[in-house]
Amino acid sequence: MAIHLTKDSKVLVQGMTGGEGMKHTRRMLAAGTNVVGGVNPRKAGRVVDFDDRAVPVFGSVREGREATGADVSVVFVPPAFAKAAVLEAADAGIDLAVVITEGIPVHDSVAFTAYARRTGMRVIGPNCPGLITPGQSNAGIIPADITKPGPIGLVSKSGTLTYQLMYELRDIGFSTCVGIGGDPVTGTSHIDCLTAFEADPDTELIVMIGEIGGDAEERAAAFVRDHVTKPVVGYIAGFTAPEGRTMGHAGAIVSGSTGTARAKKEALEAAGVAVGSTPTETARLALAALGRDT
Amino acid sequence: MDLYEHQARELFEEHGIVVPRAEVTDSPLQAREIARRLGGRVVVKAQVKTGGRGKAGGVRMAADPTAAELTARQILGMDIKGHTVGTVMLAQPVDVEQEFYVSYVLDRAAGRFLAIASAEGGMEIEEVAARRPEAVARVHIDPAQGVTSARASEIAEAAGLPPQTVDVLVRLWEVLVREDAVLVEVNPLVRTAQGRIVALDGKVTLDDNARFRQARWGADESVRDDPLETAAAAKGLNYVRLDGEVGVIGNGAGLVMSTLDVVAGCGARPANFLDIGGGASAQVMADGLSVILSDPAVKSVLVNVFGGITACDAVAEGIVRALDTVRLTRPLVVRLDGNNAARGRAILDERAHPLVHQATTMDGAALRAAELATAA
Repeated sequence: MAIHLTKDSKVLVQGMTGGEGMKHTRRMLAAGTNVVGGVNPRKAGRVVDFDDRAVPVFGSVREGREATGADVSVVFVPPAFAKAAVLEAADAGIDLAVVITEGIPVHDSVAFTAYARRTGMRVIGPNCPGLITPGQSNAGIIPADITKPGPIGLVSKSGTLTYQLMYELRDIGFSTCVGIGGDPVTGTSHIDCLTAFEADPDTELIVMIGEIGGDAEERAAAFVRDHVTKPVVGYIAGFTAPEGRTMGHAGAIVSGSTGTARAKKEALEAAGVAVGSTPTETARLALAALGRDT
Repeated sequence: MDLYEHQARELFEEHGIVVPRAEVTDSPLQAREIARRLGGRVVVKAQVKTGGRGKAGGVRMAADPTAAELTARQILGMDIKGHTVGTVMLAQPVDVEQEFYVSYVLDRAAGRFLAIASAEGGMEIEEVAARRPEAVARVHIDPAQGVTSARASEIAEAAGLPPQTVDVLVRLWEVLVREDAVLVEVNPLVRTAQGRIVALDGKVTLDDNARFRQARWGADESVRDDPLETAAAAKGLNYVRLDGEVGVIGNGAGLVMSTLDVVAGCGARPANFLDIGGGASAQVMADGLSVILSDPAVKSVLVNVFGGITACDAVAEGIVRALDTVRLTRPLVVRLDGNNAARGRAILDERAHPLVHQATTMDGAALRAAELATAA
């Protein structure tokens, strides 16, 4: 079953004909993703050959959706055009936009996530590796060959830490792994994923990876305490990282927390989440929670 | 990027917010001239991107141009929380009758900007919020609507601010949006004895991601006091110097942060943060190594790469080629996992550099690097 992405997902790629778009569309297809089209107004009508798959390029998301029934869009367009691309996906009736693009101005992210909420489109990202349901579909840039289908749901801000944990737990496998992105404003939060994993019959255990900054992990901890019955294992990066850019007085008020790794770890542990001190220990805790510690 | 107070003042002025007359200089002699132009009596304010200037003696009154020169001479070059004062702003004093606080700040949890306002300005807003939370108004702003006069009136009313502040709240929102700021703060916003509303001190933080459409302020020179950080920045490296003895290179910010933690867990201290991202080319590896090795405190270096998109054989090739251009003077521990890891390890084995050690796990590699650093 998995969350947000299955073998039935029909995927459009906005920015498919660019360098990153081409490279990762090829990888997504190789992972079994049903990529039904690319979007580029200047290259509409062309067909791009990826090994044995011919993928049509549409002039707009709407056109692509009408022709193919696409419900997911993966966005690779450059930062300056990303906002327009996401708004276009929302207007075309896409259900899920996965925004890989790094470096989008925060005012743009605020605008398109608010717009998407109003129109009922889920946004994952920006500045994220996307999500993968192993064995079914891969929307984004997560390597598909690290692991296999299994009972673990994973949600993380960080790309390479996601890969590290997928690798550590590769023999158990994953229902879905979601990289929500590390930007200050993201369309999907830890809590959104916890909610979905809790409801997903294929997920037996949830691994949650966080890092310093903001208070998303503290809020997720409170959510776990009140609403999650499945076991949750956590990992927080950044205990020794230098203090990041502070947002001045007003920022401290908003977060209601110092945003330190220690505060996050304590909040998670207080909610009954086992928190590993390294990725490897986190994997061991996950195995133990699944009763597979040998 | 944080702006200096005088830059924030300039932005406020451009957007029609009343600010005190002021000028900036790095010279005591010019300070005397400026004070004369401003009418003699001035406030001399250190321009540093940190709080607590007043308590540190970086904000002082000067009664006349001679005193302004002397005060500027004392403040210039001062160290305030690790920031050296390079310029001072001289401003006309204002007769303050009442002080307020207003800001717009990103609320990450809500994914929106939040207006924060209080009729109790002039002091630390956290203190006001902790002591009398009801004195601080918080109002979320719908990005599609922005701050209209009607919305600004609601904010002012909720905070108990006088109606004349409504115009300032609207213009401050324009500053936030037009300049791609993630924080604009006026503290204090004052009502003068003459009844004018004046922004006496301000803070603006710009969004670094918006630099492609906001070229005006250039790069932020203020945060790079460290020569190694300056050298790294010139090579386009994402490097932060720390005060330990194990140099760290990795791919992806999360994995590098995690590597620092694991090194610390092994009883050593990381010497730096360096994220080479997906671009683990020989050039990036050589640049990274040369920056790290020029830190005399470094006793060993740990390369921790998980090959996701990046192929480990390319990383290994990068290390081998970097060894041709950078003289390795301290041990290098390499952990390669993921995409093409076996081929990458074989490439390093073949090179057989006496100072290059390989480890198969992240924890094992960190432990080895820590041991080598303490043994050195």
